[in-house]
Amino acid sequence: MLEHYLSLFIKSIFIENLALAFFLGMCTFLAVSKKVETAVGLGIAVIVVQTITIPVNNFIYTNVLKAGALSWAGLEDVDLTFLGLITYIGVIAAMVQILEMVLDKFVPSLYNALGIFLPLITVNCAILGGSLFMVERNYDFAESVVFGLGGGTGWALAIIALAGIREKMKYSNVPAGLRGLGITFITVGLMAMAFMLFSGIQL
Amino acid sequence: MKFLREFLDKQEHLFHKGGKLEFLYPLYEAADTFLYTPGQVTRTGSHVRDGMDLKRLMITVVVALLPTMIFAMYNTGYQANLALQQTGATTVGGWHGELAAWLGIGHDPASVLGNIALGAVFFLPIYLVTLAVGGMWETLFAVVRKHEITEGFLVTSALFPLILPPTIPLWQVAIGISFGVVLGKEVFGGVGMNILNPALTSRAFLFFAYPAQISGDAVWVAVDGYTQATPLAAAADSAIPFTTNWMDAFLGFIPGSMGETSALACLIGAFILVVTGVGSWKIMLSMVLGTVSLASLLNAIGSTSNPMFALTPEWHLVLGGFAFGAVFMATDPVSAAMTEAGKWVYGFLIGALVVLVRVVNPAFPEGVMLAILFGNVFAPIIDKIFINRNIKRRLAGYAK
Repeated sequence: MLEHYLSLFIKSIFIENLALAFFLGMCTFLAVSKKVETAVGLGIAVIVVQTITIPVNNFIYTNVLKAGALSWAGLEDVDLTFLGLITYIGVIAAMVQILEMVLDKFVPSLYNALGIFLPLITVNCAILGGSLFMVERNYDFAESVVFGLGGGTGWALAIIALAGIREKMKYSNVPAGLRGLGITFITVGLMAMAFMLFSGIQL
Repeated sequence: MKFLREFLDKQEHLFHKGGKLEFLYPLYEAADTFLYTPGQVTRTGSHVRDGMDLKRLMITVVVALLPTMIFAMYNTGYQANLALQQTGATTVGGWHGELAAWLGIGHDPASVLGNIALGAVFFLPIYLVTLAVGGMWETLFAVVRKHEITEGFLVTSALFPLILPPTIPLWQVAIGISFGVVLGKEVFGGVGMNILNPALTSRAFLFFAYPAQISGDAVWVAVDGYTQATPLAAAADSAIPFTTNWMDAFLGFIPGSMGETSALACLIGAFILVVTGVGSWKIMLSMVLGTVSLASLLNAIGSTSNPMFALTPEWHLVLGGFAFGAVFMATDPVSAAMTEAGKWVYGFLIGALVVLVRVVNPAFPEGVMLAILFGNVFAPIIDKIFINRNIKRRLAGYAK
């Protein structure tokens, strides 16, 4: 059983990397990767939020939304899956808000370190994508915890590597028309090619 | 040689500011500095009294590649002739066969010169296409962006054909080197400013764009319609008998990408690179360590279904592109880690990934080239970590 969770963890970090295999969360991935320090902050925020929201959404999905999930309330024929998208978004926004208040109250140092990134990733599609993958792949509760942690870690790893490259690229002489986002897109493409090293691994 | 110098000097004014051919200055400059050492010295600021410059660095790599290149031609011809002898065919087929027949090249695997000549029929066209197409892009960017053409391209163009199978179509060579030179290097500003090794970028691009011509069993021996698995593929597939002798694999008498087969030729190159200080011995050694330790670990774990788990470390070191990658690709000073401690981590990471991909990834029998690209991606962040650590240590020492 442990082996199953371990392989799911590795798979969600490297083989099915949210940023470099699915190109999710591109807006923040490209915009907040200029400096390694901020990239680390955002990466940690994504890990924390993924690990919380995916299991919570999993809990709501299995107990409320799924077809027949409401049988505990005597409503066997109700199928609320059409409410999925809006529920997940709402849960993510609420969780981020609660997390922010809790951190502000109890761990102010971490709150200050994460700063603007917490509210920012409410609208990060990698977070919503994580929840949608969880539904699509029928993960149970424990699997969704592992998947949240792994998916967040993979995304954090990718943005930190990109930030390292972009700091090094300060010394490059990029053609004027490509400076900024243009060269970043090319770099991300090349990084994704390197990450294809793991594609095809069966775990 | 004096007339050559005088000829160059006479033409020089044409290329200077206001001259008729001003826009072609990078071409003139390249021709001049390829032939002669530039006469200028630094006028202000610090003077570094060292004969080492970019030009000598790059030329040293090309010299270190020569044994590999010669062996690449020999082995390509040797494998083809061996296959012809086995099948009883008389020609390698296609335009290569016609060219070989027109040049009067015989097909005797025992003849060293005959093998080299036949190998050259395959290697040289690929090399020339690489030089012509890559050089065209290089010149175009140099002329438009007004930077110089450096010897860095000589290295890229020498590395790229060596990591290709002999049967690759020439148009794919042209597309591959275009991708590597333009998107791998020139959009970042040219030599010394790229983040990934351009030759590897080209190869990885071809690998994913045209897998039929660069992987599988039919591409490694330069005879039409002849299929033979590389020893690595044979080791991974229990259905194919593994008959390779370790010494053959070390010396390079096995099918594979043209320049990658001989660990011995790579070792000669490694010796030249390490003695001249061009290549980092730390990266080479830590890459070997990474491979040996993970391979030994996987040996100890073992597996009933995957024969690659049992492949011992000394085989990992001589099969596939390991030696070539460790010596010439991972040590590329531009894309590798720069901090001394970072080099150990960088090399070890690549070495471990090579084994990991070879053993657990059924999609690719060979992972050296992609593992090095992956290392390139993480090299800047490895450097950053060690630089920050150094800064912290020095600050702590200063505060006392």
